Amino acid sequence: MSNILSFVTFWPLVGAIPLIFLMRGDGPDERLNAKRLALFVTTTTFLASIVIINGFDPADTGFQFVEERDWLGVLTYRMGVDGVSVLFVMLTTFLMPLVILASWNVEHRVREYMAAFLILETLMIGVFCALDIILFYLFFEGGLIPMFLIIGIWGGKERVRAAFFFFLYTLLGSVLMLVAMIAMYWDAGTTSIPALLHHQFSYETVDLLGWEIIGGAQTLMWLAFFASFAVKMPMWPVHTWLPKAHVEAPTAGSVVLAAILLKMGGYGFLRFSLPMFPVASEILSGFVFTLSVVAIIYTSLVALMQEDIKKLIAYSSVAHMGFVTMGIFAANQQGVDGAIFQMISHGFISGALFLCVGVIYDRMHTRQIADYGGLVNRMPVYALVFMLFTMGNVGLPGTSGFVGEFLTLAGVFQVNTWVAFFAATGVILSAAYALWLYRRVIFGELVKESLRAITDMNRREKAVFAPLIAGTLILGVYPSLILDLMGPSVTALVAGYETALAEAADRVVEIVVAQK
Amino acid sequence: MFEAILLMPLAGALIAGFFHRSIGDRMAQVLTTVLLFSACALSWIAFFTIEPEHGTTYTLFRFIESGSLSADWAIRVDMLTGVMLVVVTTVSALVHLYSMGYMAHDDHFADDESYRPRFFAYLSFFTFAMLALVTSDNLVQMFFGWEGVGVASYLLIGFYIRKPEAGAAAIKAFIVNRVGDFGFALGIFGLFYMTDSIQFDDVFAAAPTLAEAQFEFLGHQVNAAETLAILLFVGAMGKSAQFILHTWLPDAMEGPTPVSALIHAATMVTAGVFLVCRMSPLFEFAPTALTIVTIIGATTAFFAATVGLVQNDIKRVIAYSTCSQLGYMFFAAGVGAYEAAMFHLFTHAFFKALLFLGAGSVIHAMHHEQDMRNMGGLKTKIPRTYWMMVAGTLAITGVGIPLTHIGFAGFLSKDVIIETAFAGHGGAAEYAFTMGVIAALMTSFYSWRLIFMTFHGQTRADAHTFDHAHESPNVMLIPLYVLAAGAVLAGMLWYGDFVGHHEAEFWGPAIFNGEHNHVLHESHEVPAWVKVSPFIAMLIGLTTAWYMYIRQPDAPARLATVLQPVYLFLLNKWYFDELYTWVFVKPAMWIGRMLWKKGDDSTIDGAIYGVSTGFVPFLTRLSVRAQSGYIFHYAFAMLIGISLMVTWFIVGGAE
Repeated sequence: MSNILSFVTFWPLVGAIPLIFLMRGDGPDERLNAKRLALFVTTTTFLASIVIINGFDPADTGFQFVEERDWLGVLTYRMGVDGVSVLFVMLTTFLMPLVILASWNVEHRVREYMAAFLILETLMIGVFCALDIILFYLFFEGGLIPMFLIIGIWGGKERVRAAFFFFLYTLLGSVLMLVAMIAMYWDAGTTSIPALLHHQFSYETVDLLGWEIIGGAQTLMWLAFFASFAVKMPMWPVHTWLPKAHVEAPTAGSVVLAAILLKMGGYGFLRFSLPMFPVASEILSGFVFTLSVVAIIYTSLVALMQEDIKKLIAYSSVAHMGFVTMGIFAANQQGVDGAIFQMISHGFISGALFLCVGVIYDRMHTRQIADYGGLVNRMPVYALVFMLFTMGNVGLPGTSGFVGEFLTLAGVFQVNTWVAFFAATGVILSAAYALWLYRRVIFGELVKESLRAITDMNRREKAVFAPLIAGTLILGVYPSLILDLMGPSVTALVAGYETALAEAADRVVEIVVAQK
Repeated sequence: MFEAILLMPLAGALIAGFFHRSIGDRMAQVLTTVLLFSACALSWIAFFTIEPEHGTTYTLFRFIESGSLSADWAIRVDMLTGVMLVVVTTVSALVHLYSMGYMAHDDHFADDESYRPRFFAYLSFFTFAMLALVTSDNLVQMFFGWEGVGVASYLLIGFYIRKPEAGAAAIKAFIVNRVGDFGFALGIFGLFYMTDSIQFDDVFAAAPTLAEAQFEFLGHQVNAAETLAILLFVGAMGKSAQFILHTWLPDAMEGPTPVSALIHAATMVTAGVFLVCRMSPLFEFAPTALTIVTIIGATTAFFAATVGLVQNDIKRVIAYSTCSQLGYMFFAAGVGAYEAAMFHLFTHAFFKALLFLGAGSVIHAMHHEQDMRNMGGLKTKIPRTYWMMVAGTLAITGVGIPLTHIGFAGFLSKDVIIETAFAGHGGAAEYAFTMGVIAALMTSFYSWRLIFMTFHGQTRADAHTFDHAHESPNVMLIPLYVLAAGAVLAGMLWYGDFVGHHEAEFWGPAIFNGEHNHVLHESHEVPAWVKVSPFIAMLIGLTTAWYMYIRQPDAPARLATVLQPVYLFLLNKWYFDELYTWVFVKPAMWIGRMLWKKGDDSTIDGAIYGVSTGFVPFLTRLSVRAQSGYIFHYAFAMLIGISLMVTWFIVGGAE
């Protein structure tokens, strides 16, 4: 099984081929077949990925299942996973069958729809497995194309504007990242990520157009990568594309966007920024902390006032990603463990919350909070499921949402108590917006005439939620399940970071003194 | 055995919650109740068999591990745990039983609605979370229980899902508690930062060094022990509804009455007191923190009692009374008498649960009437409830024979608190003593006012309600009898163990007293006038209540007119709700709206648009051309990028 990573990555793409080229017709049977095929492919991908997690040795902090082949003459095809990326691969393969199942009601251009999601899956898994920056870049940027299509074709009324925003933001980031990648190759002479991880990029102060750049090349490259990852996270203030994209995206698109695509930014920080540019990370950590704290408080307050359920959850996602960036740049075991955990957990919880919105949107075709109220009277099962994920979103201990917030805060407290203090107010604000939303949608008398005939969740919907519920609770009660997998890799990452800083210690002290 | 105590309520909750359709409504209620009584029986066995000098810990399985931050799901058994186990399971079992009667019919639900299993599932889940809290051997599991009881409380306050007030009260309770939890969590992070562990044993062992240590917190060099103890206490203030963070507790009365008895009187709200006692090895090294605990506790005891004087809702009177009694417990802990705090926690659980369940019985009899102005004269209608309520009132007001150890439960536990406050050192202790005696007077007044307004005099209820007022069924009365026995006897039976001659053997190492802390012993040596003063205060309160509500029933109205500003100030609960609305709620919403409209929509999006139209105008032209235009454009841009990169490699490789 030496090619297992390639198989898991490209199997969905293979599955998309018959959808695009072989299947014809748009009758009910054909549509059903397309859905079944997509479900089959994503499920088998998930089953195959279990082989990866089974064979994965957490104690080995290097890359595992490595594949290396010449490609297009000058390039190298290089794949592999470590304790950090393997979790994201699993998250993706686990969620995709649920996403397909949740799209069972789609009737518009079904084959293309399913193909877009399958291609997207390949590209997303590829991002987490790629061990070569060109390959990474291809997957990273390529993933946006199917997402554009999903929003642009199956989206809501304002889909063009949303896609436009999405596009504008990402373009700027990706251009800068590309420049940085070229600079990295220029400096290190390789595109291999494992090799780059061992390369030491210069942090001597340089002069650029009369500006004194502290941290030198590291800082410049860090900033270029940051431009791309910060948009993807998204971090404040480059977050405004996310609420727009979410609102217009179809339910399944929102789920993938929130649950997986947002995690690429965090993954990028962990794969590139922290280990490759440690000095720059240290110098700029204050900057990241500031943006993270602003994101947590600012977007929580904005979420409080939203009138559209999807927008509210989108803003809440930005706040939760603030904990992630904060934890990563705390750069200690708890901070980074917590950040990764938070990303996985947010994959379950935000995915489930968008699915919850989808359930009622399918029935009522509105996302306005004011159009609902008293749903508990007609939809007790739905009320229970929504409650569970609301509590997860609020970070209640016993759900996975707690562990990430707790660990990132514990991590950052050791670095900067101000940051911990302000970020912790986020747990108060999240309770406010999440419970208020729940109350307005679920509790109360059912007075709206339009809601009288609304039906509770059906069996298919329950089947979609069941694995997410299980995941949220199991990770909440027994977080060691994945903390053990990532632990040694994170320890190595943090140790490498600290060694690099220690080596640069004298210079860094100078730099920090100069900064002050 | 301890595993069974912990897991039986959880099993009950899960079965009643998820399988009530298979086993039926009735069975779900019986099952949860039977499981709770079993847990209760085991808890009492444990209580009598725990060997205080040897703390034991049972590890269930791993919980969380991230570097040196590591915690298990575990059960720590010592005398503090033992006391809490019996308090929690006893009251919970009785409340389960009582609820079978109280919840049998409810106008908030249709007859064919299956709301009862949900209620019992929540009650049992609450019990499980509370037990997880008190049996924890580390701060994270404690936090789990802490927030777990919070969510159970939220669900039960909002149990009447169609009632808007219930929904609002539920959210308020959760959010105000979260403000406390914010402090608690920071305290945990700080303890981890300073001691590299979140296990109680490690933290306790490090406490003496923490007293000497400094760390930078919010830009200041602060003493570690003091700061962390204060942060933990903020958590305790939230959960135990202490002054400043008290506003949620009166509103929590929107929940069904058995909930008020279990959660908002006997158990959950005492978690804060338990936290301070559990952390006594830390607090003993934090004198300033203890002073703050004393002042906040004493202020709450006084403040809540003043508000309790004028409330008309029978449950709100008892709610403010709870708030006030919790204040007593805190200032006892604050002066160093953790044993006395725990003693009052223990006896209070009996008589306060009794009062609430008694009030529930009154409400049940009056068809969900809660306003005492529409009651009166119920003594003959519901005599059993009446006598049980009187027993509870005798206990809370502290009736007993002065200078002896004979009296109702509150007489022994509250008086010892007032004595320790007198024996304590410093201005805060003096303040606490003064407030304690004044609050004792007011406690007596409002408690007897409640009895007189509800049961005595001419009825003010409408004829129909009054005629149909009926005594509650036995399933509700039996819990009252049991609790009444506790309210009468608990003080006398356990005085010696909790705070008397045997306290050192009884508690073992569970409660830590610093080497200079002899306040409990000194409290037994205070002058006689100090020991008699709460009794006299009680008599004055009783006489005044009797005069105003039996002898001269028009006196209250006249007094309210004469002292109208004072009356309104108290009636409106010192205007805390209004203050918070104006200071926190409205500004938060205003800022949120402003950040959304002005921040995101105008500034950020405006800038993005500005850049896009000024800096790359051709993009907009493209966007007009075709809706899918950018996708190809994007793919094109990416390809250009890749080809640039490849070219670069080839050139670079050639070098």
